[in-house]
Amino acid sequence: MSLKQTPLYQMHLKYNGKIIDFGGWELPVQYEGMGVIKEHNMVREQAGLFDVSHMGEVFISGEKAEEYVQNLVCNNIKTMQDLQVLYALMCYPGGGVVDDLLVYRYHRQKYLLVINAANVEKDFAWMQENLMDGMTAENVSAEYAQLALQGPKAQEILQKISDTDLNSIKFFWFNPAVKIAGVECIVSRTGYTGEDGFEIYVKPADAAYIWEEILSAGGDLVSPVGLGARDSLRFESKLPLYGQEIDQDITPLEGGLGFFVKLDNDDFIGRDALLKQKEAGLKRKQVEFSMLGKGIARSHYDVCKDGVCIGHVTTGLHAPTFKKPIGLALIDIEHSAPGTEIDIMIRDKAVKAVVGQGIFYKKKTKAK
Amino acid sequence: MNIPEKLLYTSEHEWISIEGEKGRVGISDYAQHHLGDIVYVELPETGDSVAQAEALAVIESVKAVATLFSPAGGTVLEVNEELEEAPELLNEDCYANWIAVIELADRSDLEKLMDAKAYTAFCATLE
Repeated sequence: MSLKQTPLYQMHLKYNGKIIDFGGWELPVQYEGMGVIKEHNMVREQAGLFDVSHMGEVFISGEKAEEYVQNLVCNNIKTMQDLQVLYALMCYPGGGVVDDLLVYRYHRQKYLLVINAANVEKDFAWMQENLMDGMTAENVSAEYAQLALQGPKAQEILQKISDTDLNSIKFFWFNPAVKIAGVECIVSRTGYTGEDGFEIYVKPADAAYIWEEILSAGGDLVSPVGLGARDSLRFESKLPLYGQEIDQDITPLEGGLGFFVKLDNDDFIGRDALLKQKEAGLKRKQVEFSMLGKGIARSHYDVCKDGVCIGHVTTGLHAPTFKKPIGLALIDIEHSAPGTEIDIMIRDKAVKAVVGQGIFYKKKTKAK
Repeated sequence: MNIPEKLLYTSEHEWISIEGEKGRVGISDYAQHHLGDIVYVELPETGDSVAQAEALAVIESVKAVATLFSPAGGTVLEVNEELEEAPELLNEDCYANWIAVIELADRSDLEKLMDAKAYTAFCATLE
């Protein structure tokens, strides 16, 4: 299968991105002369520009759109107002996760769902399978490029080239018609870094132009950021990644996302299973941990206690902000209390770690 | 790319500097560049014995875990403990900052390695 390129591929070459195969997409893991740590710090301290055009977009429209989307996700979308954005999860009847997504409400008959790149086909098939009469689900992934401008300087930079007062877009709200450098874009104050910032949806033909306008408006305050820092930034902020913290075999409750599961809602797919799991009590849960011994815990490494396997690392990395390795693990609940010592199996050796609480990055996103 | 003349190289991008019966081992500029920001080095212990092309150390960048294979067989005489606290030294200067010194078991191992010229040509085939 040939690799797909985003509309910003030429920009990645121009800025010397180191291109890798990311789930079938040719995307930069980092940029020459920067690297993951510098790019990461740039977003924490100034601003970074990401190409996230590989993300999928689906428009849901029809008279029963609200009812339909509500049935599909386990967060409560009925409390949403027009132009609000909500983080949500789609579950299977058994409670495992189809995908996590952002729900953009235009109005009660029209929603935009933004889904993970690797899951677009699966998600869209799932949406169609559960479609109600008179509804349409339209996969418009190829019709939108997406850029993310993230970091404490993001607003200052974007404001220079926007026709709209960006203060009018609060955290987890959007405006479907902001002109950036004269081009109409959908702009939301959302992101995947733990910093303030924006996600910008634009027609593919305009993507490179907007990319260059943002870099030029930002000057020294902004630089392109690759997938390496995207992962370390989201991880430090404890934002989940599908396929690691959650997947078809990990429920949102187990993945530490119970806040986004509203079981008192009307019926939604997976509700019965999640309700049952909650009532019976979780058998395993997500924990934070820090290393006591030497080494870096990485995704899928086993976690043991007294020689018995009690779970696995969902994500582990050297956290650039803290300059030390930390991790998230899904382990048996009886060992999940903060302060519990656990062993991470690194190359067949048990390395001591300790369950923590509140050791991750405190998000700097604006109040809603 | 920096490929010093006097060293010998492997196709896995390690270098060895021959000092009498000893060999000082490290990673090449190509290796450090492709790994990116190095954040952890798992060193061997002195006294460990290692065969040629066997795992000698593990080098981790933010994104990747890479094994350093020993360019030659022998016994570990010294390890560069400075790397435990400052693994980024490998990005700063991967030739000044060596990983381990081994006592060579069999000098014929060296015949399988590339000199700077051959290694330069080898790297060119990878780009």
